[in-house]
Amino acid sequence: MAAPTAIGLVYWGRKVLDIPARLPHWDRWLKRLWPPAAVIMGLGLLLGGPVVDWFDNAFLALVLSIGIAVGWRLRAYRPAQWLALALLPGVVLFIVELLARPFTQALDKNATVDTLEGLVVCWLGAWLLVVRSQAKTLKAAAQERLAAEQEQQTIETQSQTLEYEVGQRTAALARQTNELRAALAELQATQDQLIQSEKMASLGELTAGIAHEIQNPLNFVNNFADVSVELVAELAEERTRPARNHTLEAELLADLRQNLQRIAQHGGRAAGIVRGMLEHSRASTGERQPTDLNALADEYLRLAYHGLRAKDKSFNATLQPELAACLPLVPVVAGDVGRVLLNLFTNAFYAVQQRQRAGEAGYAPTVGVRTRHVGEGVEIWVHDNGTGIPEAVRSRIFQPFFTTKPSGEGTGLGLSMAHDIITQGHGGTLSVETHEGQGTAFTIFLPAH
Amino acid sequence: MKILVVDDEPDVRLLFEQRFRREIRSGEFAFSFAYSGEEALTFLREHPSEVVLILSDINMPGMSGLELLRHVKQDPLPPPPPLVMMLTAYGDTETHNQAMRLGANDFLVKPVDFAALKTKLHAIATA
Repeated sequence: MAAPTAIGLVYWGRKVLDIPARLPHWDRWLKRLWPPAAVIMGLGLLLGGPVVDWFDNAFLALVLSIGIAVGWRLRAYRPAQWLALALLPGVVLFIVELLARPFTQALDKNATVDTLEGLVVCWLGAWLLVVRSQAKTLKAAAQERLAAEQEQQTIETQSQTLEYEVGQRTAALARQTNELRAALAELQATQDQLIQSEKMASLGELTAGIAHEIQNPLNFVNNFADVSVELVAELAEERTRPARNHTLEAELLADLRQNLQRIAQHGGRAAGIVRGMLEHSRASTGERQPTDLNALADEYLRLAYHGLRAKDKSFNATLQPELAACLPLVPVVAGDVGRVLLNLFTNAFYAVQQRQRAGEAGYAPTVGVRTRHVGEGVEIWVHDNGTGIPEAVRSRIFQPFFTTKPSGEGTGLGLSMAHDIITQGHGGTLSVETHEGQGTAFTIFLPAH
Repeated sequence: MKILVVDDEPDVRLLFEQRFRREIRSGEFAFSFAYSGEEALTFLREHPSEVVLILSDINMPGMSGLELLRHVKQDPLPPPPPLVMMLTAYGDTETHNQAMRLGANDFLVKPVDFAALKTKLHAIATA
């Protein structure tokens, strides 16, 4: 009964060596081996006899030969090699036996042949075990490799996804950054515009004051020029007389010299005011120049006063400039500090005007400025005896857009900008002291270095 | 004729002294100067019955020209009461009316036309 063994071997071999995958074409034929095996087996059961036995053994030999062929065909695969090696002795022995059997009965019950057959079976069995375990190991390794490859692929896919997401995120961030940058630029432009319009607003308030301040020196220039023409005429007339009055001539010459000095002085005053006005309206260059803070304080005190007077004719106030005699020049952006002073003075005059309007008996509106050399810098003290700042709003006066003035009268940027100019722009300090109903004093400290 | 000029600008003195040098030399006019309303009142009290005419600026720190005008017209000063001529850079009607209500005798706008002023002063002196 070798046919069932042969079929068993076929099925075992197909499975262990994975023949359907490795040799699909061959496998189709291998699967058709069972019908002849069944025929042989049936004949063996029904008839028996040496001929059927011979065919039975021949079938097994054929199958084993196919196994060797398969092993040869798959020789790159180690278990297949070994299968061929395992089958080879059995096949040789079987074929020899099959060829010899029809001619001799000597092989039956022959001890040497039995021993050989036993050895061949042992050889076969041992090698088949080796083949199976080898095939299993290789299969496991292959599966492991496959799993590793799959894992690798998964990781690659994930990393690609990640890279894509990172790219997306980076692009989004870059877009956001650009948007923010644009928004920031827009804000800065708006801030510049606000500063400029605040400057222009304060300049507008000052126009009348400035006109008055320029008109005054110009009147003097004209008057002194006119009177000098008269003096020259008188001098010329005097010189034609037979008896010249030398004392009078000397007097006239002295007056002329004095007038020319006055003309230069008042012309310079007007020019200074125009220059200050230009500095005030110009976008700040931010360049610090050694500046006479006394002149700056005095000029803006007057400008603020006349600016308010131009709007309110009935308004009158006592100005108290107390300017220190020996004040060092302080490196400041004169236009910026001028704006701060102008703002403080305008506020001070507004406060005294408000208090005056309340109709208090015997009230004398007073606005003053005092400069002092203090330590390593200069202190400018701007004080008024106006309405004072109510406790409730005191903490907010330096906030941008905060104003107590009626809508349209104040931008609410004055003090906030003043604070920025003094602290951030010049490394100084700006502080306030106020008593409601009594007055307010702002103290500016500017370091001299 | 004694004239008191009130202005916070010190150079006004030089200007008047030169503009009216012939009149001053001939003794027709005599000028005194005050640099604020307060100073002018003090001068009037210390020199009673001397000043015939006050020429006052309106816009001055402290006491304004209009307040000085009110004091001169309302306070009991030794007779004869001085004439008051207002001088201002702000020649608007409101200020003008206010000055007139307070009893100003004349109202001149800066820059001063000295020829016209001279004519007016001569008219007052010869009246």
